[in-house]
Amino acid sequence: MHVRHLTLKDFRSYPSAELALTPGVTTFVGLNGQGKTNLVEAIGYLATLGSHRVATDQPLVRFGAAQAIVRGAIVRDEHETMVELEITPGRANRARLGRSPVARPRDVLGTVRTVLFAPEDLSLVKGDPSERRRFLDELLVQRQPRWSGVRSDYDKILKQRNALLKSAAPVLRKGSRRPPRPPRDGEPLVDEARESALQTLDVWNDHLATVGSQLLYARLRLLRDLVPDLADCYDAVSAAPSNARATYRSSLHEELAARIAAGEVPEIDELRAGMLETLDSVRTGEIERGISLVGPHRDDVVLSLGDLPAKGYASHGESWSFALGLKLAAYRLLRRDLGDDPVLVLDDVFAELDSGRRERLAALVGDCEQVLITAAVGADVPDVLRERGSTVLVELGQVVTEAGGEPLEPVPADE
Amino acid sequence: MYEGAVQDLIDELGRLPGVGPKSAQRIAFHLLQQDSEDVNRLVTALTEVKAKVRFCEVCGNVAQAERCRICADPRRDQTSICVVEEPKDVVAIERTREFRGTYHVLGGAISPIDGIGPDDLRVRELMPRLASGEVQEVIIATDPNLEGEATATYLSRLLRDVGVTVTRLASGLPVGGDLEYADEVTLGRAFEGRRQVNA
Ligand SMILES: Nc1ncnc2c1ncn2[C@@H]1O[C@H](COP(=O)(O)OP(=O)(O)OP(=O)(O)O)[C@@H](O)[C@H]1O
Ligand SMILES: [Mg+2]
Ligand SMILES: [Zn+2]
Repeated sequence: MHVRHLTLKDFRSYPSAELALTPGVTTFVGLNGQGKTNLVEAIGYLATLGSHRVATDQPLVRFGAAQAIVRGAIVRDEHETMVELEITPGRANRARLGRSPVARPRDVLGTVRTVLFAPEDLSLVKGDPSERRRFLDELLVQRQPRWSGVRSDYDKILKQRNALLKSAAPVLRKGSRRPPRPPRDGEPLVDEARESALQTLDVWNDHLATVGSQLLYARLRLLRDLVPDLADCYDAVSAAPSNARATYRSSLHEELAARIAAGEVPEIDELRAGMLETLDSVRTGEIERGISLVGPHRDDVVLSLGDLPAKGYASHGESWSFALGLKLAAYRLLRRDLGDDPVLVLDDVFAELDSGRRERLAALVGDCEQVLITAAVGADVPDVLRERGSTVLVELGQVVTEAGGEPLEPVPADE
Repeated sequence: MYEGAVQDLIDELGRLPGVGPKSAQRIAFHLLQQDSEDVNRLVTALTEVKAKVRFCEVCGNVAQAERCRICADPRRDQTSICVVEEPKDVVAIERTREFRGTYHVLGGAISPIDGIGPDDLRVRELMPRLASGEVQEVIIATDPNLEGEATATYLSRLLRDVGVTVTRLASGLPVGGDLEYADEVTLGRAFEGRRQVNA
């Protein structure tokens, strides 16, 4: 698939912009802060309903404006679809597909798929577990949009359960659990409040395990499909056999976690039972701390090079190659799965790579249907890529074409 | 801040569900500009609703007497009870004409975030209704969203050993929504296709 046209209104630094795009390679060149990343960020937002740079929507809306609009014309198998998002911070986004509004923004997921690689992705290797979980879950959604719903159900369950753990903590902390039976003669009354809190907790355990095991199962299968390509892509970029690996670290009990770490993908029912069992065993700790300690939200993916973990050990360049390897592997997975190329975005990537890595990356992405590249210095992008496509100059929030490109519609700089 | 009575009115209106400070102000000034007659009608309606309407002592639905119209009707099937979250759900289900039994209104759903646990709902009041042995089926018709599902799970576990058949409305209702927004046909079908729950 490819993006044929992008329209922005009050997105980031752009009061408005109309940008025509073609298949092949497009390189956006311009000085720092001119608005190159803003353009590709908008395309990423259409694909994921999120930005690769910020967690909230406020910075995406042009300073002083109330809402932003991003619209893309997406071509897949010669069939064009228009997708539009209206971003209003603090409120639910509104979305359109073709001419019709959709019930929920997530209904547009899957219309355009992107794999975006940017300097921020270094945190995949160096950052918190949450970064790696997000990578997996986002890829899961790109692969099959229905996971977006499962993800949001899981988050809601987690919030409810944590609220219960906090509010019921004073009641729950009292003594050990009594068997749920009527008191015998002379026996003190079972603490009813405590019993009812525990029964409610059981209900949330049940829901957490049901939805959590689905999410975990999906992640494990995804990782299993991703890992072979990961080593391949890492090696292709770095030109050295590395044995780059990714293993899943689960918060489930030891026996199950060990099998998962060894690459096994247990059935959903077993994961569900394991989750319930582990939840029971950490109950005291959960009540003390008032947070949920078991489930996919506590898991991590351990990245390693040879025998060493990447985090804390890999060099800066190796970390870059690793993050790039993950993204390229994701690209291949989606391409294979969907029988269609996602849009590949390489944001400020070439400046960070040595010349050998640049050339090898260029060779790897040469046959992708659409590649969008941003660079402050055009010369950082290997000639083979720039020769295959067009270069677009970005200056002060204006898009100007250089030789070889499709004509671009003029972009007014102000309202 | 306004003086005395105006501010009191704004404060009271602001405590209503779904009314923010801005709307409260707008409504207050709207009322100020109305004829006394119009305002008096509103006052009467408010007083009457408090004086005449109460909650049915059996099922918790809104009622004009000790018992609601449905509980007082001898033609209703006393062997099945349909458990719902709110009185408005009773109205929605009555519209389908699919159900001839009686209701039990919980007054909400389990939602720890909102500080609502089983003890804040009319769960306890359900048990004596099942004690006589006359009731054979309890149909759980809580909303098809997370909190409704959690409440359904809680109830079906609670009723496991009571000796009644516990059923849940068939799927097909719009997920994540409110029961009251389901159209009659969909809701009617969900009723017909209800399934026994194994807690
Ligand atoms: N919400 C916003 N409202 C107005 N301007 C914004 C907003 N968000 C970002 N900007 C401006 O956009 C510019 C950044 O654009 P962008 O990140 O696309 O730069 P870039 O061309 O990719 O630069 P670099 O080469 O440094 O990566 C900054 O000057 C910033 O002030
Ligand atoms: Mg940039
Ligand atoms: Zn009644």
